[in-house]
Formats: sequence, structure tokens, C-alpha cells
Amino acid sequence: MQKKVAITGMGIISSIGLSVEENFQSLISKKSGISDLENIQTRHASEIKVGEIKITNQELQHLLNLPEENTFTRTGLLGTYAAKKAVESAGISDINELRTGLISSTSVAGMDFTEKHYKKYEEHPEYQKYIQSHDAGDSSNKIANYLGLKGFVTTISTACSSAANAIMLGASMIENGYLDRVIVGGTDALSKFTINGFKTLMILSDTYNTPFDNNRKGLNLGEAAAYLVLESDEVIKKSNKKVLAYVAGYGNANDAFHQTASSENGEGAYLAMKQAFEKASILPDQIDYINVHGTATPNNDLSEGRAISRIFSKVPKFSSTKAYTGHTLAAAAAIEAVYSVLALQNNIIFPNLNFKTPMEELNIVPETEVVQTEINHVLSNSFGFGGNCSTLIFSKS
Amino acid sequence: MKNCYINGIGNVSIQSVDFDVFESEIAEIQILNKAQQPSYKDLIAPAMSRRMAKGVKMGIYAANKALFNAKMVDPQAVIVGTGLGCIEDSEKFLEAIIDNDEQFLTPTAFIQSTHNTVAAQIALHLQCKAYNFTYVNGSNSFESALFDAFMQLKHFNKENILIGGVDEIAPYTFSMYEMIGKVKQSGEEVNFKNPQTKGIALAEGATFFALSNHKTNNSYAEVLDVMLFNAFKDNEATEINTFLAKNNLSVSDLDVVFFGVNADVHQQEFYNRMKAIFNEIPQAYYQHISGSYDTASAFGLKVAAEIIQKQQYPKVVQYNNIEPTKIEKILMINQFNNTDFSFVLLSKC
Repeated sequence: MQKKVAITGMGIISSIGLSVEENFQSLISKKSGISDLENIQTRHASEIKVGEIKITNQELQHLLNLPEENTFTRTGLLGTYAAKKAVESAGISDINELRTGLISSTSVAGMDFTEKHYKKYEEHPEYQKYIQSHDAGDSSNKIANYLGLKGFVTTISTACSSAANAIMLGASMIENGYLDRVIVGGTDALSKFTINGFKTLMILSDTYNTPFDNNRKGLNLGEAAAYLVLESDEVIKKSNKKVLAYVAGYGNANDAFHQTASSENGEGAYLAMKQAFEKASILPDQIDYINVHGTATPNNDLSEGRAISRIFSKVPKFSSTKAYTGHTLAAAAAIEAVYSVLALQNNIIFPNLNFKTPMEELNIVPETEVVQTEINHVLSNSFGFGGNCSTLIFSKS
Repeated sequence: MKNCYINGIGNVSIQSVDFDVFESEIAEIQILNKAQQPSYKDLIAPAMSRRMAKGVKMGIYAANKALFNAKMVDPQAVIVGTGLGCIEDSEKFLEAIIDNDEQFLTPTAFIQSTHNTVAAQIALHLQCKAYNFTYVNGSNSFESALFDAFMQLKHFNKENILIGGVDEIAPYTFSMYEMIGKVKQSGEEVNFKNPQTKGIALAEGATFFALSNHKTNNSYAEVLDVMLFNAFKDNEATEINTFLAKNNLSVSDLDVVFFGVNADVHQQEFYNRMKAIFNEIPQAYYQHISGSYDTASAFGLKVAAEIIQKQQYPKVVQYNNIEPTKIEKILMINQFNNTDFSFVLLSKC
């Protein structure tokens, strides 16, 4: 018998807030976190907008009470901050009391520091301590150590779908009895590396991103971290803990079309959504809200829009929250999981900011205002380079 | 409950392309060991091959060999573990950013630099739209992939899964590792049995496995259990006993134990404690054949699986003087710098 997977805690840090409550307030008051870049030196600063968290690494270290001699990169700092908040919100005092795991995800990893010190390590031995912080797994181990967690720890990197896969793996492990409790999510800092990478692909907008708009010009990069605490229903029964929502379904497929572009009919996305419905044992028409991937690149929104139009006979209300946060890469599915849970808890659909003109190719239009309506099931999509497509379904507790 | 069998293996390593652990001479390990590249021309069009990252090529090659070996055509998941992904392209793109002051950049290196490139390119190559995951967790990246496949085969409606571990060497990363003593300094002896200096002998490679819940004539071994963790919660011996007890085994039931010893004097302290726990069990090692890298343990699993299948225990893998009387149960233990631990338990099938 498979166990149900409850969400009992959430922690988040993004350009629209340093807590779940701040993120919620920004979402319902249409307050975007997209701004000019301040913390990274790049010649492209004036040509791009970003979802940057206006807190320095020193401030983050201070908030986390880290010793002077730490080797945290920004990715690790953001992740530790959000994971700590998630554990606190789940009311966990003894982290190793149950079989507890950490499944994190990142795509940037320690690149934000590597790019600052690259080829300068020889003249500056004081930077050398960061060399080992480059590895993706390093940030996860730092989070686990900070939380005092000893157990299953791993890291997933499937580009922009990473955190969805972390949530999926965590849910599978609980369902099948491998863990009692697991902290799942993702973290990514802004970096010169990704700014230039997306720039060369010509998918960065020079202004505020406009998901699902006919005249969309590309994405804004963002940085964020978010983690959810998942627990088995057995643990919930014993602890009488409040359940925020359930992870009801998930699906993972590969578009197998192109390394960086999505197929025209969104086959990977379609398959991921289809599997998620099967897993959740619900029909598409039971979905009340879709938090779309909606990066605002011409390719993603068309491909995703087509996949959604194919799988839903009547497309439910949907919006992309990327106009608030930018595209936070590996963390995107984690922050959007938090937003999905908030939608369920408050029966609210968050607006798709900056939308003006419907896409020519499709007859679907996102919600542009805060909508109050009963919400029982939310579907959240996340897609990444390499054809990685993931869908999660969250249900009301 | 369904089982998890290893039905096919494919590999690219620092040893010769047709390396056979039972017969071949072993090329002596250096501090920096590059993989012997097979001919890719039957598998990948030359124009594509030139642009493709080394890790991707090694991965596609090893993946195809594993599938062919198992006569598997329809994997329902592709799961890859890699410590650093296509690190050479990460270096290339970063160098271009710095050298050209963020101008005149082309996207190829950036595109390939993402950690999931190998799994993605295998999916593209096989036109496989199934479940596709990439794990990046240091020295248990591969065991993360193995664990996921193990769980998928046991509990999900999947019969055939392709998994692998792949890592490549990049020049500046090597020199960074030299600076911090992660690899040995030039001229230092690489000694796996009695290391005197810190640092590893860095290598690269790709090892893929076709896993299935169907036993075939070609089945090498059954994967009985997989466990990975960041730190021991309890006493090391206690945790090992608990893991074995969960599988109705005790230390004395093991026929061989494989250690991921890596010639680093500091890391040897952990393995010395393991040697004491398993002092009456035949002990084996493999990184003197594969060299050390985040996913070298995938090469270790290949060797262990071959030993079980062939029921032969070659001299070259023997770490202590005890020889097994039978080869039915093998435990593999790995870690790096006292974290990213893994246990993999194999059985004759």
C-alpha cells in the first residue's frame, strides 16, 4: 500500500520576499521582483532585467550565523536559508528522530564563486578554499550539515526542471517506505555564467518578461531557493501535524527533440502531464489552476501552450509567476510548488503580470488579475534544457 | 516484489578499449589518467562528434554497449550520475567569458555545460521519451542513479532501465585540484594499499548498465540493496550491520567486500576502519584500474558484477590475502572525504 505524501512545511527566498508570507503578499498585490542587476559585475547589466534578491552574501551569512571561515557560495547560502525556514515551519525539532532525507537541486552550483576567482587561485591562495564548493553536491551537503541531518542526501540537476524532480523523488521515496520525511527543493544564484549563456542563446529579454504574450521577448533570469518538507501519512497520524497540501501526482518525460529547444507540439510536456494525471488518479477537468512553466521565451510558451491545449479539452485558469520572480532555473519548480500550495490554501489564482496580447497561434489567455475561486487541485509544469519535462499535481489537504 | 538485475554493461575507461579484468594487463596508474577513447564513428556522425563533449561521447558509447550487451531496446528510464557533468565545456565557456570580456560568445559550450547533457543526449540518440534524471552528488552520484533505478524497478511499472556514471577531466579543474591537494603532486607515489601522501590519482570514464526486473541468460548479478547517505548517524559497524540485517545477512555472509580506496592517506583512515570490520572477508579494490573520479564506483560495480557472473576472483583486484570460497554476496563501500557514502549489495542470480 502506497503512503500518501503530505506537505508540512515550506521555506522560500526569492526576489519577491524572504518568507512564504512575503512572497504571498507580493503575489496578491502584483508586486514584481524584477529589477536592474546590482550584485554582479557584467557588461550586460544595462541590457537585462533580473529577479535579484537584494541581500548580499555577507548579510545572508549573518542571518544564518555562519562562522567567518565558511566556504558557502551564494547558491549554498540561499538554499540553507530556505531549507532552515522549511524545517522550522514544519515544527521539526529533532531532525534525525525519523528517517529524514534531503533531496536538493541546483544547476549553477558554486559557479557564482568560481567565475569570480577563476584563474586567480594561484595568486590568491585565500580563494582556494572555494574550489571544492564548485560541485553541485557541495551545496546539498552544506545544507544537510547546517540542519544536522544525517541520512539520505542527494542532488538532482536536470536544468530548469531540477526541483520538480527533487520533489518527485522525495514523494516516491515516502510512498514506497524508503523515508519517513524528506526536505525537497532547489537553489540557484544568479551568475555571470548563466547571464552570458542565456544571452548567447538570445532568449534574454531586455525588459520585463511577458509570459504567454504574443510579443514576448524572452526571459529574465532570477535567483531563489525553496524547500518543502514532505512526510508520510503515518508520521502525520502520530504527530497530528497540520497538513498544508498533498503531493498527489507527478510525471517525468523527455522531449527527445533538441538539446535546448522544445518540440513544436510539446510532446515531452504532454507526456509528463499525462503521467501526472494517471499517478494522481484525477482527470484533467479536475484541475482548477495551472502554474505554467511560462518562461516568456517564444519557444517555451508556444510549445507548452500547445501541450496544454492538447491535453485539456477545456483549459483551466492558468498563469506564469515568472514575471514576478524571473526564471530561477533549478529553483523554479520549488518556488512554484510553494506558490501552488499557497493557491490551494487561499483559494487564489495569482495573476500573470505584463500580459497584453493573446498569442496568435493559440486561443488560450492567462489570468491577469487575482482570482478568488475554489481550488482543489493545482498542476505545476517545469521544463528544462535537455528535453527534461516534469509535472507535479498538488491537492488540497 | 520485483527484482533488479544487471543484464548489460558498457564502459569507457583509462584501460584499453577491450579491457578484460580477468585477462588484460593493467596500464599503470598515473596522477592524471585520460580515458582511452574508442572509435565513435559507427555510432555518432563525425560532424556531430567533433562538437560533442568527451563526456557525452563516452556516455553514448557506454550506454549503447550496455543496451546491446543486454539486448535491450526500450529502456523506460535513462538515469545518469555525474560529479561535474561536462566540465570541459564549463571551463571553455567561462574562459571565453573572461578572455573576451563577455563578448563574441557562442552558445555551444554553454549548452553542453549543463549537468544533464549526457542523459539528454542519450535520450536524443535513442529517441527515448521516458523518465530522464541526472544526479550530481559527488562520489555517490552514480549510486543515486542506481538507487532511483532500483526503486523504479521495484515499485513502478518499469521493466528496463538504463543507468550510468560518467565524468571527464578538464585541464584547469585538474590544476585547481593540484593547488588544494585533491590530486597528488607531481612525482608522488600512487599507492592504494599503503598510501603515504594525500590526494587521488584523477581519471575519467563512463560505465553504463542495462538493468531489468527480468533475469536473462546474460544477467550478471542481482542488485539486492542500495543505500546512500551524507554521514553515519551511528557507529560505523552498527550501521553496516543494520544494513546487512535488513537484507537478512551479516558480515560473515559476505563473500567479497569492495572498497573504493583511492590512494589518499587521509581517506585511508576510513578504509582502515572498514578493513578491521571486514578483517575475515576477502577484500577487493578497483580504483588502481579505473583511477579515481566521482563516478569511478560505477567501474567498481562493473568489476564486481563480472566477478559474480564468471565466478572467478582475479588476483589483480585482491586487496587482502583472503580468497573467497564462493562468490555469491558482494558488498561495495564507497565515500569521498568522509561524506557521500554508499553501500551497494550484490548477489549471484
